[in-house]
Amino acid sequence: MKPFTVHSGLVAPMDRANVDTDLMIPKQFLKSIKRSGFGPNLFDELRYLDEGQPDADNSSRPLNPDFPLNLPRYQGASILLARENFGCGSSREHAAWAMEDFGFRAVIAPSFADIFRSNALKNGILPIVLPADQVDTLFAAIRVEEGYALTIDLEACTIFLPDGSLWSFELDAFRRECLLKGLDDIGITLERTDAIQAFEEQHRERFPWLFEDIVL
Amino acid sequence: MAQTLYDKLWDAHLVEERDDGTALIYIDRHLLHEVTSPQAFEGLTLASRDLWRRSANLAVPDHNVSTLKSEREAGLEALPDAVSRVQLQTLDDNCESFDVVEIPLNDVRQGIVHVMGPEQGAVLPGMTVVCGDSHTSTHGAAGALAQGIGTSEVEHVMATQCLIQRKMKNFRVEVTGRLAGGATAKDIALAVIGEIGTAGGTGFALEFTGTAICELTMEGRMTLCNMAIEAGARCGLVAVDEVTLDYFRDKPLAPKGAQWDAAEAWWRTLHSDEGAVFDRSITLDGDAIAPHVTWGTSPEMVTSVHGRVPTLAEMPDETARLGLSRALEYMGLEEGMAIAEIKPDAVFIGSCTNSRIEDLRAAARVLEGRKVAPSIRKALVVPGSGLVKAQAEAEGLDRIFIEAGMEWREPGCSMCLAMNADRLLPGERCASTSNRNFEGRQGSGGRTHLVSPAMAAAAAVAGHFVPLEATGYTVEAG
Ligand code: SF4
Repeated sequence: MKPFTVHSGLVAPMDRANVDTDLMIPKQFLKSIKRSGFGPNLFDELRYLDEGQPDADNSSRPLNPDFPLNLPRYQGASILLARENFGCGSSREHAAWAMEDFGFRAVIAPSFADIFRSNALKNGILPIVLPADQVDTLFAAIRVEEGYALTIDLEACTIFLPDGSLWSFELDAFRRECLLKGLDDIGITLERTDAIQAFEEQHRERFPWLFEDIVL
Repeated sequence: MAQTLYDKLWDAHLVEERDDGTALIYIDRHLLHEVTSPQAFEGLTLASRDLWRRSANLAVPDHNVSTLKSEREAGLEALPDAVSRVQLQTLDDNCESFDVVEIPLNDVRQGIVHVMGPEQGAVLPGMTVVCGDSHTSTHGAAGALAQGIGTSEVEHVMATQCLIQRKMKNFRVEVTGRLAGGATAKDIALAVIGEIGTAGGTGFALEFTGTAICELTMEGRMTLCNMAIEAGARCGLVAVDEVTLDYFRDKPLAPKGAQWDAAEAWWRTLHSDEGAVFDRSITLDGDAIAPHVTWGTSPEMVTSVHGRVPTLAEMPDETARLGLSRALEYMGLEEGMAIAEIKPDAVFIGSCTNSRIEDLRAAARVLEGRKVAPSIRKALVVPGSGLVKAQAEAEGLDRIFIEAGMEWREPGCSMCLAMNADRLLPGERCASTSNRNFEGRQGSGGRTHLVSPAMAAAAAVAGHFVPLEATGYTVEAG
């Protein structure tokens, strides 16, 4: 996972509530057995005017001229500004992989769905929860100001705005640490092997039926 | 101290908690399917890691499989969709190299992972259950702590048998009284989502209690917990009672003899204690819940079958007005129109929400001796598993569906998410017993209305949404 320390980037809007993971990456792309290459199909049904197919060449497909991510002013955006309950629906991590592959490093929204939030954090994408009025302020600002960019400092948990103001946000210490250092969860948990084994032993004594082999 | 059911399940699986509140939770059962597991197996291979506990894992193909008998019989090699074929083959290969038990494609026990799990007793009360699928919440019906996880977490569970989590808050949803007027567990789920919204349960474990819940069968409880995720909650829960114990007693993988007795003793403690504190509670009057129909592109866009689509003037603010007009445009509906004026072109009875035997019985009762309206262009019945299919055939339900003009298919996820060939065409409108009405969910441009099996069957007969009574069907109490 790419570490996330300080990131400055252009902000793009996704101005609708309850953006679901089906919208972020439609099901036909879930047939891939890979983790990469989903970026061109992020928001596929909104971004293109035709229906996307896995393995197809996306560069020649007709783009929806009204979709914000297609507008010249948002090219190269790496921070997505969104509304309530972003990432609801399916557990497909492909949604986070597509965001990452597209180039997003952070999403700002008033709230996130639990599974997407956790998937994002495991892929080096920072989900930032801000109060709805601050999110409104940002939407208003990017609408008027072309090239609107923010600087996110994860160590300090702050966002630096172009007008000079500094906002803060929260993230639990463990997740912050993992992101800052780009740490792999599995490696961290395996350092606790003794504790897991000790737990497992008493769990087996208490609930032996949970440890039977599956014989079909 | 009085504990909630969720507190008890959490405590029984807590390996350790860090100072900042993140914890390691031990996982008893891990269910796998072809879509969210390949990258996790690949990750293990790349890091030269093995499964922590092989016997915790059970796999089944379901999302991509063909539901056509001829294609199923021809075997995986003959599946026309090459991309799906590779994904299904990859599951077989991974299970073989990691020595994971897999129920193969044409085994009678194959089915949607959330139907197969409880049916085999691979999921039991008191377990922690995970699967790379958000509808893992289904298994909370057994009094199990069951949650959907992403692929990185799938790999984490494979390698460590643990999940890193913070404890959720407790949310009690009490449903009093008794269901009436043809309302079902599906309608409770839709009513709850209509009440609290699709983000209402975010960060909570949702426990369903009350007389209307106690009276539900295990299958009804599964339907209800299945849609906890549509209310934003990663898990839904129902306390263990006689209904639960009776359901699991003779399941193939359930403990036997003295082991059963020991298990039963622990399972009987799996309920919220008198006086347990919930962070949030709501109460719904079960008698007042009518059959529901979603009209929009989010499960919270829902009303009773007797109701109407809302109007723009009723919306509280500009964001809500924008959301409504976008949904109406996508769905091809007018503001304020009656639900009964909406005419589906397709009917889908299936999915992990409503593809169990009771669901098929409920639909068949409405369809018996009737015909699907000529305006319905596509009508699929897709049983949740091979065992459900066999049971339905033994009861003659397949004949009822076929004679009514519906297609009787092989088990799988099918048109719930349209990863296989079963899908809506752009603009097609479907009365569906599945769980998500998102844009494009059942096929690009497709329009989904979520309903119970009986309501889907009634709409199939009438050609538009109708209360059950309107099809000449007598509604039994409860
Ligand atoms: S039936 Fe639908 S919701 Fe259930 S597991 Fe399959 S795709 Fe997911």
